[in-house]
Amino acid sequence: MSEIAEKVKAIIIDKLGVEASEVTPEASFTNDLGADSLDTVELIMEFEKEFNVSIPDDQAENIGTVGQAISYLEEHAK
Amino acid sequence: MAFRRVVVTGLGAITPVGSTVPTYWDGLRQGLSGAAPITRFDASKFKTRFACEVKDYSPDNYFDRKEGRKMDLFTQFAVIASDEAIKDAGLLEGINKDRVGVIWGSGIGGLKTFQEESFNFAKGDGTPRYNPFFIPKMIADSSSGNISIKNGFRGPNFVTTSACASSSDAIVAAYNYIRLGMADVVVTGGSEAAITEAGVGGFNALKAMSERNDDALTASRPYDKDRDGFVLGEGAGALVIEAYEHAQARGAKIYAEIIGGGLSSDAYHITAPDPTGEGVVLVMQNALQDAGIKPEEVDYINTHGTSTPLGDGAEIKAIQKVFGEHAYNLNISSTKSMTGHLLGGAGGIEAVASILAIQHGIIPPTINHVTDDPELDARLNFTFNEAQVREVNVAMSNTFGFGGHNTSVVFRKFKA
Repeated sequence: MSEIAEKVKAIIIDKLGVEASEVTPEASFTNDLGADSLDTVELIMEFEKEFNVSIPDDQAENIGTVGQAISYLEEHAK
Repeated sequence: MAFRRVVVTGLGAITPVGSTVPTYWDGLRQGLSGAAPITRFDASKFKTRFACEVKDYSPDNYFDRKEGRKMDLFTQFAVIASDEAIKDAGLLEGINKDRVGVIWGSGIGGLKTFQEESFNFAKGDGTPRYNPFFIPKMIADSSSGNISIKNGFRGPNFVTTSACASSSDAIVAAYNYIRLGMADVVVTGGSEAAITEAGVGGFNALKAMSERNDDALTASRPYDKDRDGFVLGEGAGALVIEAYEHAQARGAKIYAEIIGGGLSSDAYHITAPDPTGEGVVLVMQNALQDAGIKPEEVDYINTHGTSTPLGDGAEIKAIQKVFGEHAYNLNISSTKSMTGHLLGGAGGIEAVASILAIQHGIIPPTINHVTDDPELDARLNFTFNEAQVREVNVAMSNTFGFGGHNTSVVFRKFKA
């Protein structure tokens, strides 16, 4: 797993209070990991902070699973 | 229309002298001081470097991490104390939750949350990166909101804010809603968690707080000649109150009856108490009138008594005016000498203290008394330094807040 993927998983585990085993690439923040809309906003903000990127709202809407977050950040992280 | 009777059926507390109702009461009976050096932040440059913190507190002992992270400390205290009261009242099942409300008090709300988010913004380059939980954590009503969400209580739900009278106002509002028939049960009380840089710095700037750093343990000394300000406290006090017939029908144990609430305003100054004590006279008269009792029926007054030079004297003067000769028969005590001043949470924990005084026949003391104040009538019984045994039929709890808000609540031993 890439360094970015590891960091993304760690943030999700920390913010959503879930077990590492639940954080699979297909896992949806809202359907599988118990996030509500505010949790999702907070996650995006943490990704922005950790990876020093700015994720526009229209793109943030497309980040709904662990795998989507990882591939977005692998592409955009500085 | 006849008002319904309202009784107290559950108690909860998390305080600087005990983190449950039994340990809180033990602390009060023993005259324990909750004051100690501040641990919540580095206070080395502050004028006041001590406070009454809840001891050994960790949210992990009460909440899972995700849950705890979304609540400011004042809401955590609210949920902890209300959980204890709800369990104590046996309110978890077999009731119509549509008829259960939550009316809570907080003078400030999530001060720590506000401070942290402001610090974060100030440290950045001007780009707003506010956490989505900032506002829901900070707003004062997140306390009553979280209590209702956790328990499914769908009745009236709001927070009262009147500085240090906030939770007494919540109790009076809850009492009114029940006696008017708008709810059968209300979880009430209040909480505060203002031991932060902004809280201590702000109250220091007002010259309202004790600066007795060399003797923190005895710094909260209401009615002592050398009192020099209040000591900041934190925590929560909770009551479950309900319509008597509702409590009776479900076989609940009854601690006491609420028989009256009085409200008034000084209309004088935003922080200073009116030295004539007129607003305080009025609030106690209003409470006695609402309770339908004579002054002579009161046994104990749990005073506001914050240990400030001006406020303590004004309240005592007012008590003498309202109670006349009977003032000498009263037990008067300020439990803030032990707990410090919980601001918007004060009325909650002091209601619990007043109710337990009725239940146990013990008056908790005003500790830290060293030197009599020649301005105060020495014939009054301030319950100095040691608890006193006394049958208490009626207890009055006074709280007054910046803004000139005055509130008195009257509790009576329950008789069917």
